[in-house]
Amino acid sequence: MVPIAYYLVLAAVLFCIGIAAFLIKRNVITIFMSIELMLNAVNLTFVAFAHMWHQVSGQIFVFFVMVVAAAEAAVGLAIIIALFRVRQTLNVDQVDLLKN
Amino acid sequence: MNPQLLWLIPILPFAGFLLNGTIGRKLPRALVATIALLFTLAPALIVVQLWLFMKSDGAPLALSVVSCPWIAVSGFSVNFAFTVDHLTLVMLGIITGVGFLIHIYSVSYMAHEEGYWRFFAYLNLFMFFMLVLVLASSFLLLFVGWEGVGLASYLLIGFYFTKDSAANAGKKAFIVNRVGDFGFLLAMFLLIAHYGSLDFNTIFASIAASPLTGGLFTAIALLLVLGATGKSAQIPLYIWLPDAMEGPTPVSALIHAATMVTAGIYMVARCHILFDHSPAALTVVACIGAATALFAATIGLVQHDIKRVLAYSTVSQLGYMFLACGVGDYSAGIFHLMTHAFFKGLLFLAAGSVIHALSGEQDMRNMGGLRKRIPITFWTMSAGVFAISGIFPFAGFYSKDEILFDTFTSPNHLHILLWLVGLVTAGLTSFYMFRLWFKTFFGTPRFDEHTAHGPTHAPDLHAAHLAAVHASKTSTLVLEAEPEPTHTAHAHGVHESPWLMTLPLVVLAILSLIGGWVGIPEALGGHDEFKHFLSPVFNAGLDIAANPQHFLMERVDAGISLLVALLGAFIAWYAYCYKPGTAAALAAKYRRLYSLVDHKFWVDEIYGRFIITPILVVSRLLLNGLVDGGIIQGSASSLAASTRGGGWLVRRIQSGNIRSYAGWLAAGAAVVIAIVLFSHHTLPH
Amino acid sequence: MNFDPIILTLIIATPLAGAILLAFIPEKEGSKTHAIGALLISLFTLLLTLHLPAHFNYHAAPRTFQFEQNLSWIPSPNIRYHLGVDGLSMWLIVLAAFLAPIGVLASWNVISTRTKLFYTLFLLQQVAMLGIFAALDLFLYYGFWELSLVPITLLIATFGRTENRRRAAIKFFLYAFIPSAILLVAILWLYNLTGTFDLPTLQALALSHHLAATPTALLLCSIAFLVAFAVKVPVFPLHGWLQDAVAEAPTAAVMVLAGKLGLYSILRFSFGIFPDQSRHVAPVLIALGAIGIVYGSLIALIKTDLKKLAAFSTLAHASFVILGIFTFTIIGLDGGVFQILNESLIGAAFFVLLGLLYERYGTYDMRDYGGLATRHPWMVTMFVITVLAAAGLPMLNGFVGEFLILSGSMQSIFAHHIFWTVLAATGVIFGASYLLWMIQRVFYGKLGVRPEEVRGWDLTAREHLELWPFAALFLLMGIASPFWMRAIDTYGAATAGKVVEIAPGWYKNTETNAYTVNNQELGRWCLDHPGGCRVSIGFHVAASKEAR
Repeated sequence: MVPIAYYLVLAAVLFCIGIAAFLIKRNVITIFMSIELMLNAVNLTFVAFAHMWHQVSGQIFVFFVMVVAAAEAAVGLAIIIALFRVRQTLNVDQVDLLKN
Repeated sequence: MNPQLLWLIPILPFAGFLLNGTIGRKLPRALVATIALLFTLAPALIVVQLWLFMKSDGAPLALSVVSCPWIAVSGFSVNFAFTVDHLTLVMLGIITGVGFLIHIYSVSYMAHEEGYWRFFAYLNLFMFFMLVLVLASSFLLLFVGWEGVGLASYLLIGFYFTKDSAANAGKKAFIVNRVGDFGFLLAMFLLIAHYGSLDFNTIFASIAASPLTGGLFTAIALLLVLGATGKSAQIPLYIWLPDAMEGPTPVSALIHAATMVTAGIYMVARCHILFDHSPAALTVVACIGAATALFAATIGLVQHDIKRVLAYSTVSQLGYMFLACGVGDYSAGIFHLMTHAFFKGLLFLAAGSVIHALSGEQDMRNMGGLRKRIPITFWTMSAGVFAISGIFPFAGFYSKDEILFDTFTSPNHLHILLWLVGLVTAGLTSFYMFRLWFKTFFGTPRFDEHTAHGPTHAPDLHAAHLAAVHASKTSTLVLEAEPEPTHTAHAHGVHESPWLMTLPLVVLAILSLIGGWVGIPEALGGHDEFKHFLSPVFNAGLDIAANPQHFLMERVDAGISLLVALLGAFIAWYAYCYKPGTAAALAAKYRRLYSLVDHKFWVDEIYGRFIITPILVVSRLLLNGLVDGGIIQGSASSLAASTRGGGWLVRRIQSGNIRSYAGWLAAGAAVVIAIVLFSHHTLPH
Repeated sequence: MNFDPIILTLIIATPLAGAILLAFIPEKEGSKTHAIGALLISLFTLLLTLHLPAHFNYHAAPRTFQFEQNLSWIPSPNIRYHLGVDGLSMWLIVLAAFLAPIGVLASWNVISTRTKLFYTLFLLQQVAMLGIFAALDLFLYYGFWELSLVPITLLIATFGRTENRRRAAIKFFLYAFIPSAILLVAILWLYNLTGTFDLPTLQALALSHHLAATPTALLLCSIAFLVAFAVKVPVFPLHGWLQDAVAEAPTAAVMVLAGKLGLYSILRFSFGIFPDQSRHVAPVLIALGAIGIVYGSLIALIKTDLKKLAAFSTLAHASFVILGIFTFTIIGLDGGVFQILNESLIGAAFFVLLGLLYERYGTYDMRDYGGLATRHPWMVTMFVITVLAAAGLPMLNGFVGEFLILSGSMQSIFAHHIFWTVLAATGVIFGASYLLWMIQRVFYGKLGVRPEEVRGWDLTAREHLELWPFAALFLLMGIASPFWMRAIDTYGAATAGKVVEIAPGWYKNTETNAYTVNNQELGRWCLDHPGGCRVSIGFHVAASKEAR
């Protein structure tokens, strides 16, 4: 049986990759994907702990997160497409209408 | 009689004030004058009735009325309450009697002035407060009258407010009086703190029962004296009175000679029980009085403005009254107060008549030879001059003689010195009054017949007057701008005043002659009725029968003072009538001395240099510049600057870039996780 | 129907409803709709407040409140909607409601643009003031206190006279807000200590010495309260905001700027919750009051700008109140509270008059004026009456207050009280000086520069309507002061307590059990050791009693 620490380390690594990508990348789709990555890192911990404690609630949470992520992906992608139509760019630094 | 009538005495003039003050602007002049006169005559009649009542057998020693509380807090209250005793009765008689005469005089004197209604409204307001002052049965109510007459005086001195000097004089009078009031107030606070009351009877009863001694009691008395020096124009606060002559002459006669300025003497006499228990304060009163009498008399010697001579003479005579109170003979002080009200009122009114005749000329160097031109004024003024100089048998002779004699026989260890000062002052008084008399009525006329034709008493006001009329026509409210019918009638040279003005002169002249006869001492064959009349107030239970052993001394004293008065008159005759150049020659010879006296010993300048200027400089530079501008505003702006600086720093974080926020978030989370992880071992369980 | 329980809510709700109503009425160029609306609402509020003096029970037990409404608002933390008045706040509420219609009239022509904003803010300010005077729950009170800052800041920033208005508004806000924040901390600390925001409860706890905290903590807490209020008064030397704010604020705003809110709060909350601590700091405040009187008067003496003169005059008058209330004598407290009414009325009348001058001649610089008395006889009459009331002429209201305050100060038992009384009493000289000098420079003498260029006019009917109520009140309050004092005295007597001398120089207040020492060294020691003072002197006195 794989020890719980392995799952957690993997999840932490995934989460940090997600954060780093979120902070560094400028392409809005990449940023979107990095958010998904962070969510999945959390999902992984949920599942790992659920397995460890033999509790079903962690798994239920994962479903919740997946549903929210799906909804978010739908709305987010729609916004990105709308944005691209208006600005012809996916670079977030160039989308600064509200600034100044 | 019904004691409730007492309320009417002050309230009637107040009603007159309200009537003239609110709608007087729109009323014809005759009606304004009628209102003012009626509301002054009525209290005079009540006073007569009151006097008859108090004289009758079985009358109480004092008549009191009490109304609702004026100020009431737990543990302290003051009521509206009046008391009439014999002292008050004398004051009431003077105020209503002389006041009414001066009202009559003013009707004609002010006939051509702008703001007729205003003048009479203020005059009635003054009567109201003055009557409250003498009727009051507590310190606080007395203070109401005290401040109120100051207000009326302020308004009336500044009556010609377009003139800077008049506005200045009014302000000066009020502020200098405030210095005195400061003392009066502190005295009242101390009285409240120690007696819990301001009622005369309560306080005097407590003092009589268990006299307080020591510094505190003297402090109370001296603070009251400070108040009195303000109102009664004594050293060091006399400086406002000469300037107060900027007001119309009837005002000078009523307020600044006959009544208001005597309030200080009245107050000292009223509190005589308090002063009797504080010999130190009494000595101070006597010294202030004597010093003021002499000091003001010397200044009066060289003045040229006829009203200023009289003003300094008033200061000097008030000094006499102070002296009388200071040596413990309050009834002599009140006696002189009464005769002084007659003859000084008369002198001012007569001077006003002279000024009226010369259409505003006040400088005695431009007068002379008026004896034949204005005979009634001349004869009545002569009575005044003789009375104030102390010539037998005029009123001033008796009252002044009594003061001098009482000073001489007083137990005060300074009594000889005080008596000498009083005597010298008597001589000086006689000199400057006869100087005035000779310069005004004798010799050759020095005025210009042709310029003497303006209707008002303040010629330089004409421009302002016209401007005011002009403005009033265009403004929404109509001031009186009707042509004055008497204008042409007056447009000829020197003339005697109309009967409305000469009538009060004649009455007062008679009073100046016979007014002193009520106080002829037994040494001179009289019965000293005045002293007996006031004895319930001042000498309750004491035997005041004159000591026959002193008769000779008193007669000698009277003779000396009469001689001194005649000497003064003689010198004046010599210097201004017999050899008119003498005075000028003397002045040239002792130029330094003359200049010192002529500039009134530079007192105004000294006050300006050493009190007013430093206060203004300190306010401007130290308080406004350094403290307010520097420290307080500076600390405020440094607070603002540091806030702004802090804001500028923190603002850098709020860049608006979401990823930088996320970065901070991640960094913060990392820090929190690190703390949770690694402090785990250090925290105690 | 008995209105008593809901009357205070009605009084506060009326201007609030009015403000909301006005905010929804569209603004038209040159229309007076909002002014008329605000006038009607404020008049109706005034009418409602008159219910209070008409039904006030003068025989109620001390430290009880009337017209109370006490509802639970938030169960946890325990915040209540608790309103009520006593002798202290009753006339203040009437006063605040009285000044509102006059403020509207004074703004009638002056505010011609953005009237909707102006009158909405004005009514909100009114809500805050009435709420402050009525609230008996600390949390509720704090809400109103903060609310009172916002409209006035906006009024200054938007309707100020010169370009300096933003700065003045920010200065005012910072000065008032920072101490308020500390006040909030102190309030929360108190809640943490006692579990209640309710003022009567806290008062009772304080009186029976059941506030379970170290004396130092209590003293610090009381100082946090005091400073927040003192800035709003302002007390010297915290008056840095006053000059600019007064100079900028429109007449209607300046009437409520200084004085009563801070002074009331000191009396209600500092004295109510911290009776002992307030007595410990009293000598300092007495000194600051006396200094403030002289300082304000002297600076007013040299100001040539009328509004700045008025600002320092306000400082001097507020300092009189501070001096009076911190004497902790009945006479001083009564006089102080009465003087709050006087100061507000006189100050308001003065600012209205200055506004009228500005409306005509467009300047506040005295050097440009002169000789106006011939042109405006009615205006000079009203000016002189106001000035005389301010200078404390007997028979007008200012005298009653100042007299009681100063004689209370002479009676007080704190160190150096005679010295401070004498210093404060010189204020009557300087006060008369700057006021009369002002009258002379504006109204007497020759016609000044501005009046020669501009043709002014005397008072109009509306202006008479603004000013005569003041003049009538000055006179009435000057000769019939017991009518007002009756209610005030119930507060003053309860707060001062009964002070008895238990040993030479040592005094005990039998109602609060506070000890006071009229001895310089011991007094200073008490200030340094606020905790030890009460206890150790209590022992000391007990010991000396036994020795006898």
